[in-house]
Amino acid sequence: MSTSPQNAYSPAVPVGPRPAARPNVFHGKPASSVTMFPLRAPEVVVPKVALDAISLSYRATSGESLLALDKIDLEVRPGEFLCIVGPSGCGKSTLLHLIAGLCPQTSGKILVDGKPVNGPGTDRILIFQELGLFPWLTVGGNVEFGMKMKNLPKAEREERAQYYLRLVHLLNFRDSYIHQLSGGMRQRVALARALATEPDVLLMDEPFAALDAQTRDLLHDELERIWAETGRTIIFVTHNVREAVRLGDRVALMTFRPGRVKQEFSVKLPRPRQMEQPDVARTAGEILGYLREEINKSLEEEYADEKAR
Amino acid sequence: MKKLAKQFIFYSVLLGIWALLAKLRVWPPYLFPPPWGVGHALWDGFADHSFWIGIAVTMKRMLIGYSLSVVLGMALGLAVSSNKFLEETLGGLLVSLQSLPSICWIPLAVLWFGLSEKAILFVVLMGSLLSVTIAMEDGRKQMPKIYGMAGRNLGASGFRLFWSVLLPASLPFIVNGMKQGWAFAWRSLIQAEMIFLSLGLGQLLMMGRDLSDMSQVMAVMILIIILGYMVDGLIFRTMERRLQEKYGLTPA
Repeated sequence: MSTSPQNAYSPAVPVGPRPAARPNVFHGKPASSVTMFPLRAPEVVVPKVALDAISLSYRATSGESLLALDKIDLEVRPGEFLCIVGPSGCGKSTLLHLIAGLCPQTSGKILVDGKPVNGPGTDRILIFQELGLFPWLTVGGNVEFGMKMKNLPKAEREERAQYYLRLVHLLNFRDSYIHQLSGGMRQRVALARALATEPDVLLMDEPFAALDAQTRDLLHDELERIWAETGRTIIFVTHNVREAVRLGDRVALMTFRPGRVKQEFSVKLPRPRQMEQPDVARTAGEILGYLREEINKSLEEEYADEKAR
Repeated sequence: MKKLAKQFIFYSVLLGIWALLAKLRVWPPYLFPPPWGVGHALWDGFADHSFWIGIAVTMKRMLIGYSLSVVLGMALGLAVSSNKFLEETLGGLLVSLQSLPSICWIPLAVLWFGLSEKAILFVVLMGSLLSVTIAMEDGRKQMPKIYGMAGRNLGASGFRLFWSVLLPASLPFIVNGMKQGWAFAWRSLIQAEMIFLSLGLGQLLMMGRDLSDMSQVMAVMILIIILGYMVDGLIFRTMERRLQEKYGLTPA
């Protein structure tokens, strides 16, 4: 193991207590000059990510055109932790792929910092549900991959990789290969790999769905801590309402086919939270009431398919 | 160790039965030579250098023909798998051509190139090119899409995406193609050498037949088996197993 100093590297992004500092769109001279008597520019927060009437339709095998996402409007503030919940098949994963720029939407606009998205960019990193870690690289190699693509010098890559591996408590496994790690450890490698490219926005697609409850709880704590430490904006997709309430500043509920944002809930509970906390359970219960309608709709459709056959 | 002991016992028993049948003279010795006769032929073959020369000639042809077919096969497989038009047209032709045993190329090769080294290499090439191509094409299709997406997501594109993500991601399939290509090339080469009579192990085999020297025939057969197994069984299979384990393709 390396013996370099504890914090040789520190990321260049806002670090500090929540809530993260809101960027001021007023880019003029600092307001220190007393003689000025202008109208102060109102503090408008440019959303980190803004979805403007996003629709996506695709051609089904039967030949007909199906609407997967229907005019989705959503705004995410800088440093916000947004959770998206919905029944399976509502297109919430697809939405993340769109924001990541991995496939194009049929209509509508995706803005990051006010600029339209076309194609992938390392300002938004998606952690896939299947992770997509590269088995031919070591843990360290995986974490350094994004930086390598950015042509960062070797020394800097190693330093940064060390910083983020320590953040997810995997520094000792730097030279291991992915197949040698447990599920929870792989999850943390994926997190470190995403963080190491220092994206403004972290997109997470049901990252903890396949883990056992204890590992998941641990990773919730770690994710919350890392989020607080790094000040990133996180969009987190899950079908688990309690997980969404545990983690999110805000929870957006999506409808079943076509996917729309049905409702948004602001979660005002103090942090850190726990999955078992009564107020988390109660809030989740309320949201679940709305979600159940959608789940029923999805089930009805499935059963209808069965009858039609 | 246990497995090794089992194998030792198995081969000892096999040899014992062979020796017994030969000793009992169930068949005349010129048709069914005893193990020591074959051992003697092996010894003689290496002593008068004819086996060494045979092995050297065969391996040289193998190396040239096989390398050629791997390079061409990979390029062809890549082209076919990345172009819809080529896949639907050339892809189908390649699969149908593969049903042609490579020995069927010999008459064509002889007429085109004469009884020359080129003709032999042509047969080897045709024997293994298609299997490498098809394995490569299948590999590209079977490769999990997630790696390409993850690579693009992390900022890779164009050549770097291919070099640092798509190529390593398809490595298990490439090795599989190389292994299949080797097996086909090996068979094609020995077949071609038996017909061309131009040095090599295949010719030694035919020489044994012409001299009615069953011991030499069996000695060369054993040589071909051992050489083939060493490359296929030891090198390729080990490589394949390691890769599959590393890539999580089999429960390790």
